Amino acid sequence: MTIDFDRLEIDGVTRYYGRRRALHNVTFSCGAGEVVAVLGPNGAGKSTLLAVISTLIAPNGGEVRYGSHTARSAGALLRHRLGWLGHELQVYPELTARENLQFFARLMGVSDENAAVAAALASSRLESRAEEPVSGFSRGMRQRLALERALIHRPRLILLDEPFTGLDGPSSDALALRLRALAQAGTLVLLATHDVDLADQVLDRAMVLQSGRLTDVVAGAGWRQAYRAATRREH
Amino acid sequence: MPKWFSPTAILCGLMFVVSPVLIARSPDESAMGMVYKIYYYHMPSAWMFLLAPLVCGVSSALFLARGRAEDDRRAWAAAELTVLFGALTLITGPLWARRAWGTWWVWDARLTSSLVGWMIGWAYLILRRYGGPGSDKLAAGVALFGAVNVPFIFISVNYWRTIHPPTTVVPKLPVSMGVPLWFCVTAFLLLFILLMTMRLRLEVARTRLDALYVALDE
Amino acid sequence: MFARTAWLIFRKDLTVEVRSRETIATTLFFAVSAVLVFAFALVKEGRVVADAAAGILWIAIAFSGTLALGRTFERERYTDTLRALMLAPSDRPAIYAGKLAAVLAMILAAEVVLVPLVAFLFDAAFLKRPAMLAGLLVLGTLGFASVGTLFAAMLVRARSRDMLLPVLLYPIVVPVIIAGVQGTAALLQPAFDPAVVRFWLLLLVTFDVVFVVLALWTFEAVMSD
Repeated sequence: MTIDFDRLEIDGVTRYYGRRRALHNVTFSCGAGEVVAVLGPNGAGKSTLLAVISTLIAPNGGEVRYGSHTARSAGALLRHRLGWLGHELQVYPELTARENLQFFARLMGVSDENAAVAAALASSRLESRAEEPVSGFSRGMRQRLALERALIHRPRLILLDEPFTGLDGPSSDALALRLRALAQAGTLVLLATHDVDLADQVLDRAMVLQSGRLTDVVAGAGWRQAYRAATRREH
Repeated sequence: MPKWFSPTAILCGLMFVVSPVLIARSPDESAMGMVYKIYYYHMPSAWMFLLAPLVCGVSSALFLARGRAEDDRRAWAAAELTVLFGALTLITGPLWARRAWGTWWVWDARLTSSLVGWMIGWAYLILRRYGGPGSDKLAAGVALFGAVNVPFIFISVNYWRTIHPPTTVVPKLPVSMGVPLWFCVTAFLLLFILLMTMRLRLEVARTRLDALYVALDE
Repeated sequence: MFARTAWLIFRKDLTVEVRSRETIATTLFFAVSAVLVFAFALVKEGRVVADAAAGILWIAIAFSGTLALGRTFERERYTDTLRALMLAPSDRPAIYAGKLAAVLAMILAAEVVLVPLVAFLFDAAFLKRPAMLAGLLVLGTLGFASVGTLFAAMLVRARSRDMLLPVLLYPIVVPVIIAGVQGTAALLQPAFDPAVVRFWLLLLVTFDVVFVVLALWTFEAVMSD
């Protein structure tokens, strides 16, 4: 049995820890084929929001709907359709690139495992280094491998937390192109970043979080100026 | 505070004031003379010391299953009472032992297990204090494991030779020893309930305060 | 699905440990150092206090086991791979089962070296009854590891996790330590009574069953936020 969805609806999501409010009444929706950014300064709640959407944290108020499903109704089946790439990359340094991909392919229940691993190695251009332990890889190479790990089960929704950190110019551009291509193939790409210097053509829309609130949604060509104006307004 | 609180508190206080009179009037035990009378405080403390972790364990299990804050509050309060009544038991016990058997402490199974149970209570409180966010669920796990350990205490008593009186002492006591005992047990039970109620009220108030802080931010 | 996932994680953990050798090496070295410290502390007129060998063995296992648990989960925390495991569509208790099996294997591997070492240094004849000794070691280590794996996993996201693991773990596994020490000491008695050892073995089996089942039941609830 599998489930799928083509819309993500974040409805009034609130999350607090004691007196600290991490997220307050965040409402937003987006659909498959979009690249959406969650922008905001450090401490704005971007990582918390992503964690709530990934089902690892339950909100104190509101809910997240994946099409007609929620985390509680769909349970483990929902995790088949979600992918996560965090700042720490989630790969095992002691294992080789191939072993990492094989492990995660089996863990995520991918049926045609060998084909998926071969395709992943090809897209990340790591075929020549497939049998080397990941501990010897540069940040950019690990990033490419980690992205393939996150996508190996072909999720509908991919969540990326600060994916451009530590990447040089060419690597950044390559990642941006990859995300665009994923969106065109029908994946919903949601990424959190405080880095404004992204290529213009990556994003369709961006939600601006400040101190846990959704203060703005910017879109279109002039999104960078709109974002800067929005954050300046707060200070 | 609920309506029954003040009358119960007064009753409990009166019972503790009256108890020394009842205890003094009860007959001396043949072997140990007057010394054993600390037993009238020691036994009820020990029973509360067994009741508290069971309450904590059950509340923790409910909290893990249902996620309701009131179960967590009750578990936390019960853990504090475990430490309190454990301290009372572990102080009155050695005082009695020193006079009755000449030694402060013996590493037999029941005493050792009581000490361990007391430490589990402390571990719970340390975790809640220093564990950071999310430690409510973690502490519930610890409490559940601790509570499930309680049967292992009773098993070890029956296996090992021990100078601690076996658990069947209570029913065999003549009534003149029984009345002061049950009186004290009732007093201690009332004390348990009163302390629990106060502690829960404190926690509810704290939660309301946090919610007000959060609401203020809007 | 459960068994498949548990096996997958078990194999992955063993591969990682064997490749890096970090945990097994430090665990073993620490256990040996602990044994030597005890030897220096407890030797009187050139001879060790009788029956100390059983206690020393189990303390060394407990201390080095705690280290092994800490290191295993610290590695998962550092690479954030525990989150990736929790996001897998598999049964979450399977993660616990796989990790438990791996930690158990590591500590047992250390014991293979530790037990003969203690027997040799303290002239303790517990190797004379290998079947019962093996039973005590396996069941005792399983009891220790079953609680330890759950607590170490729980503490991955907590503050002060290094200090909290021993604080939480040791009181709960006291029955295991007692059973292990008493059972092992019984093996050394000149008037050997197998019934005593059988009692402790039974206690350990009961403890293991109860706590492994409890851990499997509560793993998901305890790990979620």
